[in-house]
Formats: sequence, C-alpha cells, structure tokens
Amino acid sequence: MTTETSTTDMATTAPVPAGTATAGADVSEPVERSTSGPLALSLGLAAVLALGATVALGLTLPATVEQGAYSRLIAIHPGVAWASYIAVAVTALASALWLWPRTRSARWDRTAGASAEIGVVFTALTLATGSIWGRPTWGVWWVWDARLTLSALMLALYLGYLALRRVPASPDARARRSAVTALLAVAVVPLNHFAVTWWRTLHQGRSLAQLDPGNDVDGAFIAAMLLGLLAMTLVYAWLLVHRVRVARLEDEAEDAMLALAIAERRREAAPA
Amino acid sequence: MWRDALLVAGKDLRIEARSRVATNQVAPFAVLVLVLFAFALDPDRGLLTRAAAGLFWVAVLFSALLAVQRAQTVESGEGTGDALRLSGLDPAGIFLGKAGAVVVQLFALELLLGAGVVVLYGVDPAGYAALGATAVAATLGLAAAGTLYGALATGSRGRETLLPLLLLPAVAPVLIAATRASEAALGIGGLDVAPGDWLALLGVFAVVYVAFGVVAFGPLMEEE
Repeated sequence: MTTETSTTDMATTAPVPAGTATAGADVSEPVERSTSGPLALSLGLAAVLALGATVALGLTLPATVEQGAYSRLIAIHPGVAWASYIAVAVTALASALWLWPRTRSARWDRTAGASAEIGVVFTALTLATGSIWGRPTWGVWWVWDARLTLSALMLALYLGYLALRRVPASPDARARRSAVTALLAVAVVPLNHFAVTWWRTLHQGRSLAQLDPGNDVDGAFIAAMLLGLLAMTLVYAWLLVHRVRVARLEDEAEDAMLALAIAERRREAAPA
Repeated sequence: MWRDALLVAGKDLRIEARSRVATNQVAPFAVLVLVLFAFALDPDRGLLTRAAAGLFWVAVLFSALLAVQRAQTVESGEGTGDALRLSGLDPAGIFLGKAGAVVVQLFALELLLGAGVVVLYGVDPAGYAALGATAVAATLGLAAAGTLYGALATGSRGRETLLPLLLLPAVAPVLIAATRASEAALGIGGLDVAPGDWLALLGVFAVVYVAFGVVAFGPLMEEE
C-alpha cells in the first residue's frame, strides 16, 4: 500500500455499505467505512417500530383522574431509566472484560465508552422526564428523593468517566484508566444507594412492582410501560452498535493518519 | 508493603512540613470556607449551628480536594513520578503511604475545623467518642478515594478540573453518612437511621476504596 493511493482513498471514497467494504480495491486491508450492517439495520427497524408503537399507545392512554395527561409519561420514563441501567451494566461488564487479561481487546474498551455515552443520555432523559412528571404531580421540579438523587449522582459519575476518556493518553493507558474508573463507579452505586435511601425516600414504588396481581392499574398503562421498556432497549442496542463502530473507525482513521504522517516524514528525509 | 507505606508517608509529610503548603494555604482556605458559609447563611437564626455538621464535612471535602491535588503535584515535577516507579517500592505500599499522608493532614484539618465550628458556629461539642469514630472512618475513605482518583486523573492537562468531577460524586456517601453520624453524636436533628448504620456505611466505603487502591494502584502507576 503506497501513501498516494491511501490519501486519494481517504479523500474521495464516499461511505459505502458494509457489504461492499472492499470497494477501495487499492487498499490492501479491507476497511469498513460505514457503521451500518445487517445487525444495525434490523435493530434500527425494530427500534423505530417499537418506538412508534410506544408513542401511539402512549398518546392514546386515557388521562387519569389524579395526574391527567402526565400519567402518559409511563410509556417513556420507566423505559429510559431501564435503558440507563442496562448501559451502566454493559459499561461495567465491558470494562471488566478489558481488565481480564484473557479477554482484553480494544473492542471492550470501545464498547464501555460507547455504552457510557448512551447511558449518560438516557440518565439525563430519565431525570428530565421525571422532572416533567414531578412538577404537576409533586408540585416541584425536583425533590430530594433517594432515587432522584441516586440518578443525579450516577449522571455526575459517568460524566466524570466520559471526561476521563477524553484525556489524551496512549490507547492502552486510557483503556486501563477508564476500565478502573468504570468499575469504581459501579462499586460506589450500592454505597450511594444506601446513603441516599437512608437519607430520603419519597419516590413512588418501583414501576415494575405495579405488575403484582391485585394491583388495579389499568392494563393499557402496563402495556405501554412494557412496550416502552422494549423500545428503549432496542434504541439503546441500536445506538450502541453504531457508536462502537464509529469508535473503531475513529481509531482506524487515527492509525491511518499516523502511518501517513510517518511515511511523509520518511519521504522528506530520504534523498530525492 | 507496610514499610514502603511508612517510607512514602514519611516522605510526603516531610515535604509538607518543609514546604508549608498545607499550613500556609490549605488550612487558611478551610477556615475561609467556614467564614463564607456564615456569609451565605444568616448567622443569627441558629441556622449555622443546626447545619454545622454538614458544613464542617463540606469544608473537609473541599480541603481534601486540595490535599489530594497537592499529593499528586509532588509526584509530577522533575521526574519524581518516574523515580517513584523505578524505586522498587511496592505499589500497594505507595498507595497506602500517599493515602496515609493525606489522612494525617486531614486529621489536622479536622481538628482545626472542629475548633472553627465550635467558635464560629456556636456548636456545643459532645459525644467525642462517636465523633472520633466518624472522623476516622470518613477520613480513611476520603483519603483512599482521593488518592485513587488522583492517580486516575494524573498526567492529564485538565487535571485540576477533572479531579473534583470524578471525586465529589464518588464521595457523596461519605458526606451524607459523616454528616448524619456527626449530627447524631452532637444531638442535632431527628434521626430515622441509627448512628451505627452510618458508621458502618463509612467503614464499608473506606474498606472498598482501600482494597481497590491496593489492587489497582500498581497497574495505574505502570501505564505512562
């Protein structure tokens, strides 16, 4: 592979679907230029369908006596909260897999970072939708309830984690630091949980506890909530697949740029 | 490991004793925080006295940030970090030593701040044993967490701003538990949870972070 061909390739080749990734014939290594693929496509379609169904069902829910239209948030809020938990769990798992020498791979580092990014978005959405519901129901945007406080602390912890990931370092050092931080963040969650639970508790019981038989919650609300959980899980998985692939492309582009720069310096140094 | 820890702690404390950064900058800062709280809250209505435990621990937290940053700065100049890596000292010992030096400094600060809240906020000191136990458990946790996050954030350009972002949410349980336990010892405020539970939480926090630090400090030091 000569530097000339790779430069022109970088500059002119438009993103191509994953199936035809070897289209750049001059490049010796097949480089995937797109983040789409069969998995991402099917996940995306499923996510859009489930999200559409959630929106449709959520908007047709009857307004309840006490909460009015705001009770329809049950289609969204438990779902995004659930997705944020999944994201945190995946980050911890991927970090542990990176730290474990036998399974160490850059893929787990990218997965951990990607999942944390999406998790931060979902945690922020959880707090936002919760606030929107809390204003009419509790009368205030924010209360110092255990679960709200815990979510806010989680958001701060993972913002710190993402900030640490942005710190320039060698890929290996960055991955190690990030993995340790992610595991620490998870280790703190139970401590934070006890601290804030003993400190304050006001949140209504867990939404999933409404599934107990004998609870007279309207079936449509349960259906909307479960559909929301499914939709948000699919959205999370879809975003994760794309984000991990973007991270890999970023790494590849960085390597290519570095190789290019080294080759150019060598050529400058070589006698003409 | 313990011998190495003592060596490192002794080194850090000697540096602090000679440079006087802790006494000349961190301690006045901590007292200044107490004064600022008085400006922020009306000192006349007994608000300060009731909030004294929480304000005390917030002041300790801010001072701990400075102390941890200082402990990391000591290792960042003139290749001292490399020297420490090459010294052959046990990384776990280095971690315990650096955390131990921070513990000693924080104890001194807590005594100063304790005198500060008694004098400035009109707190009646009581329950010395419970206060002492709270201080020991909370300080161990703070120092261990601070040293660990300090090492994680080290070598980065935005370190000064990154460390608080990493450390403060992580030590939130310490602030909550130490405040409640201190209030219980001082007899301020109603309590739903037994003081012993708060102390246990502080203890678990300290154990988790010390254990994590002992295991993770080696790999983190080797990386650069």
